[in-house]
Amino acid sequence: MENLQEIQTRIETNIDAASDLAALDEVRVAALGKKGEVSLIMRTLGGMTPEQRTEFGPKLNALKNQLNQAVATRRETLEVQALNARLASEVIDVTLPATAMPTGSIHPVSQVFAEAAVIFGDMGFTVAEGPDIETDFYNFTALNFPPKHPARDMHDTFFFEPDADGTRKLLRTHTSPVQIRTLQAAVQAAKKTGTALEPIRIIAPGRTYRCDSDQTHTPMFHQVEGLVIDRETHMGHLKGCLADFVSAFFETPVKTRFRPHHFPFTEPSAEMDIGYERVGDEIRIGQGDKWMEILGCGMVHPNVLRSVGVDPDVYQGFAFGMGVDRLAMLKYGIPDLRDFFASDQNWLAHYGFSPLSQPNLSTGLSS
Amino acid sequence: MKFTVSWLKQHLDTDATLDEIVDAMTMAGLEVEAVENPAEKLAAFTVGKVLSAEQHPDADRLRVCRVETFEGEKQIVCGAPNARAGIWIAFAPVGAYVPGIDVTLKAAKIRGVESFGMMCSAKELEMGEDHDGIIELSGDDLAVGQLVSDALELNDPVIDFEVTPNRPDWLGVNSIARDLAAAGLGTLIEQLITPVPGQFACTQDVIIEDETACPAFAGRMIRGVKNGPSPQWVQTRLRAIGLRPISALVDVTNLLSYDCDRPLHVYDLAKVKGPIRVRLGGKNQSFEALDDKTYSIGSEMCVIADDSGAIGLGGVMGGASTGVSETTTDVFIECALFDPQRTMQTGRDTNITSDARYRFERGVDSGFVLDGMEIATQLVLDWCGGEPSEIVLAGEIPAGPKAVDFDLSQVKRLTGLELTAQQIAKILTPLGFDCGDAKNDRMRVGVPSWRRDVLAAPDLVEEVARIVGYDQLPAVSLTREPGVLPPAPSTLQTRARLLRYGLANAGFAECITWSFCERSHARAFGGGADVLMLANPISSELDCMRPSALIHLLLAAQRNADRGQTHLQLFELGPVYRGDQPEDQLLCAAGILSGQPERHWQGSQTPDVFTAKAAAMAGLAAAGAKVDALQTFTDTSAYWHPGRSGALRLGPKNTLAEFGELHPATLKALGVDGPIYGFEIWPAAIPAARNAKTTRTALPVHDLMPLTRDFAFVVSDDISAEAVRRAARGADKNLISQALVFDLYSGKGIEPGHKSLAIEVTLQPKDHTLTDTEIEAVSTKIIDKVQSATSGVLRG
Repeated sequence: MENLQEIQTRIETNIDAASDLAALDEVRVAALGKKGEVSLIMRTLGGMTPEQRTEFGPKLNALKNQLNQAVATRRETLEVQALNARLASEVIDVTLPATAMPTGSIHPVSQVFAEAAVIFGDMGFTVAEGPDIETDFYNFTALNFPPKHPARDMHDTFFFEPDADGTRKLLRTHTSPVQIRTLQAAVQAAKKTGTALEPIRIIAPGRTYRCDSDQTHTPMFHQVEGLVIDRETHMGHLKGCLADFVSAFFETPVKTRFRPHHFPFTEPSAEMDIGYERVGDEIRIGQGDKWMEILGCGMVHPNVLRSVGVDPDVYQGFAFGMGVDRLAMLKYGIPDLRDFFASDQNWLAHYGFSPLSQPNLSTGLSS
Repeated sequence: MKFTVSWLKQHLDTDATLDEIVDAMTMAGLEVEAVENPAEKLAAFTVGKVLSAEQHPDADRLRVCRVETFEGEKQIVCGAPNARAGIWIAFAPVGAYVPGIDVTLKAAKIRGVESFGMMCSAKELEMGEDHDGIIELSGDDLAVGQLVSDALELNDPVIDFEVTPNRPDWLGVNSIARDLAAAGLGTLIEQLITPVPGQFACTQDVIIEDETACPAFAGRMIRGVKNGPSPQWVQTRLRAIGLRPISALVDVTNLLSYDCDRPLHVYDLAKVKGPIRVRLGGKNQSFEALDDKTYSIGSEMCVIADDSGAIGLGGVMGGASTGVSETTTDVFIECALFDPQRTMQTGRDTNITSDARYRFERGVDSGFVLDGMEIATQLVLDWCGGEPSEIVLAGEIPAGPKAVDFDLSQVKRLTGLELTAQQIAKILTPLGFDCGDAKNDRMRVGVPSWRRDVLAAPDLVEEVARIVGYDQLPAVSLTREPGVLPPAPSTLQTRARLLRYGLANAGFAECITWSFCERSHARAFGGGADVLMLANPISSELDCMRPSALIHLLLAAQRNADRGQTHLQLFELGPVYRGDQPEDQLLCAAGILSGQPERHWQGSQTPDVFTAKAAAMAGLAAAGAKVDALQTFTDTSAYWHPGRSGALRLGPKNTLAEFGELHPATLKALGVDGPIYGFEIWPAAIPAARNAKTTRTALPVHDLMPLTRDFAFVVSDDISAEAVRRAARGADKNLISQALVFDLYSGKGIEPGHKSLAIEVTLQPKDHTLTDTEIEAVSTKIIDKVQSATSGVLRG
């Protein structure tokens, strides 16, 4: 009978010779399986004397362990070889183009509307809306435009054909009719509950229309209206609110200047300018020494409050309106207004925003 | 409104620089639009003198001149007929930019003769249209090398600013000066108006027949005038603001229009027949105005007439028949008030724009009628001589504006400014307000006749704030009330937002297109009603409110395709209009898919009905609709392909979306090439969530593995896949968690007119592993249910 050393050497040779996992398993079973050579020898231990067992037991166990170790080592080697072989056969050309994933975009006007809603939302404003097709009352009369006043002419209003009663509807020339609709609703609500008028803070984004079309005017454009009504808001709040807005909106400290102006629906009235400078073709909003008009505003005219049954001796507040398309052009460096409405694929892809970058104050407006 | 700095300084004593003037105007509400100094444009041009002018050897019309210039003697070839020895000219040296012809001069050879520079015409210097000859300068102190702008007295900066409708008085330089003085820029130079005594009774009668159209009409004769050119300074001043000097008598009226916002008219008395009547127009009348055009007179127009008929349109324009000329000797000056609204309407109807109309339709100072007459009289006497009559006044000068009982606390209430009564009075008085004594925080404030815009306290508050300066108002941040939650958007606003971002996320580019479209296009989408037609559209292509946002997207698809951009996924979330009432305006998301995507080695998904359906469902899902519960119907709007479109509804009536291929006839009506697929989503149709709470229902957790079984049913072609799927899905509501259509087959092995639909059903055991018998029982139920619902049979 071979001695254990010889057995070990022979089996280890076989293990090292196994060329794949199946062959290795055969060798393992032949040696260590239930009826394997080593297992059979281990069985003979039962018939041995205690002295023999003391001598052979540890040797046999050592043999078994070493063979198991050898099998494991070989298995690992063979597995690595097998994996390498598989990987070698699985090479593909990863320079081939990626699988197409659709990408869409958000229009810059929607982006600016969303940014305005976030900034004003933080100051407690809700978003109100109103119809595009308006009556003379909401667009002009309630806003203190005297009948046949030149200020109406300046609005280049789109009219519809007269109704049977001779009145004609129009396309709103500004978002200011939403002021009236909001005030009316608030008055109704107060009447219903028999309470005082709730303070109002709204912005009204929307489409507006004037029959004007050239390089810098389109017959449809966008505004954001704002209205604050309570018992103590004054022009100082107006200045603070709008100055805070422009700096937040442009994401940089912006100088502001308020100038007297005239609007029928505010008194006192103002226009707000923001500082900028021109560097080459670029307009940089913020600290430059040039001024650019950005919005109109003022304290709500008592006649506007009266037109909806609100007592101007008790309630007061301010209103403002600004052109959204222009804000988008200035902030995002978009050169031509007319392109906003042309739906050109390249323009939309270039100036549009990722749907994943929804504006918010904690992580950024336009990230 | 344009004026020059020297003109302003006639009314305002100030050392302010141009920049300071512009700044003060801006901060006082006079929004400066442009400042132009003509001297800057003419800096390169100097006075020269022609020493000799000889015939060009090779050109009949050219002359070779020797000209004395600041650079010494120059040879200049010139084509002007008036180029001759001895005249003073405007010399442009080589290298000068000549604005009127947009050329930078170079030394040149003209028909073989060298020429160094140019002698300029008025047009070449952009000083007028005259191009018949070169400018001939005149004057006593001309010198070679002197600036042409100095020689022509064109060194006075011109300021152009916007006159807001509330301040018609700013159409006179005197009022501008008053505001600037009040704002601290200098001292107002009070105009001394000395009445000119009449030397005889006025024999020209004036009768006002309609006092609403013309409340007051002052008139005065001046006999024995000699009309000629007005003084040089007047001509320079008028030219500087773009007016053409005509004659002394006409220039008086133009000067006063701008100087003190006082339009006037001067009649040649010899041509006026009988009394002047101010009345409303009648029928079939016409009128030849001073612009040599004939206008027909409407019955609501204010007419100035004599026995011959109309000789003027009140407040708008005088007539040709009674206009003054060089031979005029006796004149009648009109200084009147005309109703603003009627003046505006007359101006609109006749399409006449005049300085008089511009002023009367905004309102002219009623308190200045007689003063204006006296100033005009004095100027006529100074420039033309003559003998004035007494003044006749028809009608009545209207009372001035009402005084305001000014509650001084309004200043603080509306602006946050803390000012004493004294400070307020000190601000208002220089503006012409008459401030009484303050008592109990109230002050009676008399309003000057030129400030009819001031009616109540807020108007005075604006005056105070404006003069103090808006920059002095405290800026106070507006913060949310403590403890008040951030505002919550409405359900529809939230849906719209999610829909917008959902569609963009699904690969669609958001567009914003016109709310109006061409009527024929609107009709192709079921719109185009009369009430939605614009009376004054910008063009016939945009004359009707749109019934669908698809219209402009489809037109955009064609425009993009024409530029080589064929594969498009566009959407718009915006209004569509069913009528002219507020509730007729609906929010809709429309989208289109067209063209072949870029070629891709893995193949690419060509748009079809099912990609359109997927987009519609993605949008609805994003907006919060329960997409699983939607049923697909086949009856859709007429602009969709009748066999390739569907409506996604909850119940038979509530349509949340439509999708499909656009009807070929619809595309043809729009001139768009197909096929194009699209969808329309109606976010307002999505039912409100029954549970408004933020908490979700608990997630059902199953420890047991779900298992799937496949079935293939043969059904008639007219049975919808959805009917089969729903039947299978509904066979056992307890066990079946899902049913998917995974194959559609027709052809060999399937009876003609039939199709085979393969469906995978997922069973979710709840509390024990299903036995074979139980699975068998469910299978039978599915087969039976499909058979009873659709007559489908299990494919053998």
